[in-house]
Amino acid sequence: MSSTTAMEVNIEARRILAVSISKLYASRTQRGGLRLHRSLLLSLVMKSARDIYHSSRESEAPSGAQSTPEESMDTSSTPELPERQPAPLSQKNSSETAIEESDNKVEDYDLDTTEDKENLSPARQSRKRRGKASAAPDFLPNKRARLEPGEERYAAPLTSCRVGAGESLAILSLNQIIPAF
Amino acid sequence: MAGPGGDMQWCFSQVKGAIDDDVAEEIVSANCKSAEMLRHHTPFWASGTPTSTKAPHCNLVAHCVSAPVGNKGPSECAWTSDIISTVEFNHTGELLATGDKGGRVVIFQQEVENKNLPQFRSEYNVYSTFQSHEPEFDYLKSLEIEEKINKIRWLPQKNAAQFLLSTNDKTIKLWKISERDKRPEGYNLKEEDGRYRDRNSITALRVPVLIPMDLMVEASPRRVFANAHTYHINSVSVNSDYETYLSADDLRINLWNLEITDRSFNIVDIKPANMEELTEVITAAEFHPHQCNTFVYSSSKGTIRLCDMRISALCDKHSKLFEEPENPSNRSFFSEIISSISDVKFSHNGRYVMTRDYLSVKIWDLNMENRPVETYQVHEYLRSKLCSLYENDCIFDKFECCWNGNDSVVMTGSYNNFFRMFDRGQRRDATLEASRENSKPLQVLKPRKVCTGGKRKKDEISVDSLDFNKKILHTAWHPQDNIIAVATINNLYIFQDKVN
Repeated sequence: MSSTTAMEVNIEARRILAVSISKLYASRTQRGGLRLHRSLLLSLVMKSARDIYHSSRESEAPSGAQSTPEESMDTSSTPELPERQPAPLSQKNSSETAIEESDNKVEDYDLDTTEDKENLSPARQSRKRRGKASAAPDFLPNKRARLEPGEERYAAPLTSCRVGAGESLAILSLNQIIPAF
Repeated sequence: MAGPGGDMQWCFSQVKGAIDDDVAEEIVSANCKSAEMLRHHTPFWASGTPTSTKAPHCNLVAHCVSAPVGNKGPSECAWTSDIISTVEFNHTGELLATGDKGGRVVIFQQEVENKNLPQFRSEYNVYSTFQSHEPEFDYLKSLEIEEKINKIRWLPQKNAAQFLLSTNDKTIKLWKISERDKRPEGYNLKEEDGRYRDRNSITALRVPVLIPMDLMVEASPRRVFANAHTYHINSVSVNSDYETYLSADDLRINLWNLEITDRSFNIVDIKPANMEELTEVITAAEFHPHQCNTFVYSSSKGTIRLCDMRISALCDKHSKLFEEPENPSNRSFFSEIISSISDVKFSHNGRYVMTRDYLSVKIWDLNMENRPVETYQVHEYLRSKLCSLYENDCIFDKFECCWNGNDSVVMTGSYNNFFRMFDRGQRRDATLEASRENSKPLQVLKPRKVCTGGKRKKDEISVDSLDFNKKILHTAWHPQDNIIAVATINNLYIFQDKVN
């Protein structure tokens, strides 16, 4: 794939991601409550877009620069690991911030409308809080109190974050959106 | 469907609704701010008198006190609550029910005098109007429950009254629609105005007699089936045993007895133990027309599952799984969205199942699970436009589909107020348009064609000129006759086949 095409695909993927995020956000205020089907479809599109975005980034910059965004994305995707530092997050470009924002957004309404109490686990709760608080833009409403530093967190098994960047991100988007219901 | 050689042609019969149905939902809601007004005004098509009128059109204009919509004058405002959300003929085709976003049900009745006159047999007039559902508020989740009627299903008629099930997102109601054409008169205990007369002045007792009166149609809720669905109800289907029915939401299907409202059986549950693992939802469900133990449900992944209730109480494990492998050359960002099935309908003979996804209609033989027997492209020219359709939300539109009475033709809607018919036997298809321009009485509908590229011919319309705000999501076919009801956003069109 030529670099121009990869760039186009990259831009397209980012645009679709941005559109999806705004739709997800808009659906929060929709009358009748969140629609599970629509949210599922949006999350699938976001997952595809994110996969393609990252694979096109990989083909664009196959050298060391790749590892930093991957690492920082890994940070955001597996924040249940306390040893990951939020420092690489500052290196993100705007599109990754957009992805961060989407994670924030889905978190927010995830927390708003959790009705499935039996599925909530402490590990999941702490995963949502970790790492996001530091990256959340100020203009986004953050409805939950942030976990204070020093509060106990649960470490997820290491295997869960070694699946591969794309896949873990894919799981991420579904993970965070669907439990809203 | 059109052309020489004895093919069927379609004629305009009636249209119910406002003059201009060029309504985009967001425009209307931005201008008509009063929610109260939106809910309680009478829908356009219900303003006709219940008795027969000879006027073929109902050209009613709303009184709108808010700002005008677009270029319309202040008297031509359209209401979001008038958006038609479901259309259904009853089992004889004599009655046609519509539900709208405002929670109202309007029932039209076929004009009795005209039934034997072929050209006029598709005249339908308002029979009954009632408010089926009201908006509710779930205080526990801080969610508003929309009053929009998602589905109406008629029960087969058992006595003089008619019964139908109507549902919104959370509650199903059984409505009884009955006629009253006599009233008692001649009470000698009461005065004319109802006050009781002085006892001492009464010397005899007279039994009141029933005298004819103007026909009154009453609708009363006989059963309310509530609190059984956590997610949004998308389907209701009456069983052929006429005792039970199913209701389906995104993750569960419940089986009800029509008489019992305080409990239901859960027969399908696809909710994963961990919601993070959710990959598909139920999009539609229907009972088999003859086998009371069989039903199908469709999913957002494009699969159809057939279940047999005799096998186990919980039908999570399907008896048959109908799935077609995806064509890898068609893969895109939006493949999952466009493969999601929006409607599933058994054929009347019970041998086939039709499914509608975003771009196509597929017909499946119940005996063959690995691929459909027929696939019809509804608007393949949209495949290259999926990104724009995603941005303007059209890709999420849920089109319905329907069979004709003898299962030879299927019909579904599209954009620009086009609707499509596919003749299975003759392998022909037609694109027709529901528009006010073609609404002279008995005017024959001219087939439409969308130009997909290259030189546009004279009568063709190019893909970029299509109006995506004008969509036909709901269509219905008379069970025994060639009369169809086609709903645009807030108009109901009735067409019949051309009589020679």
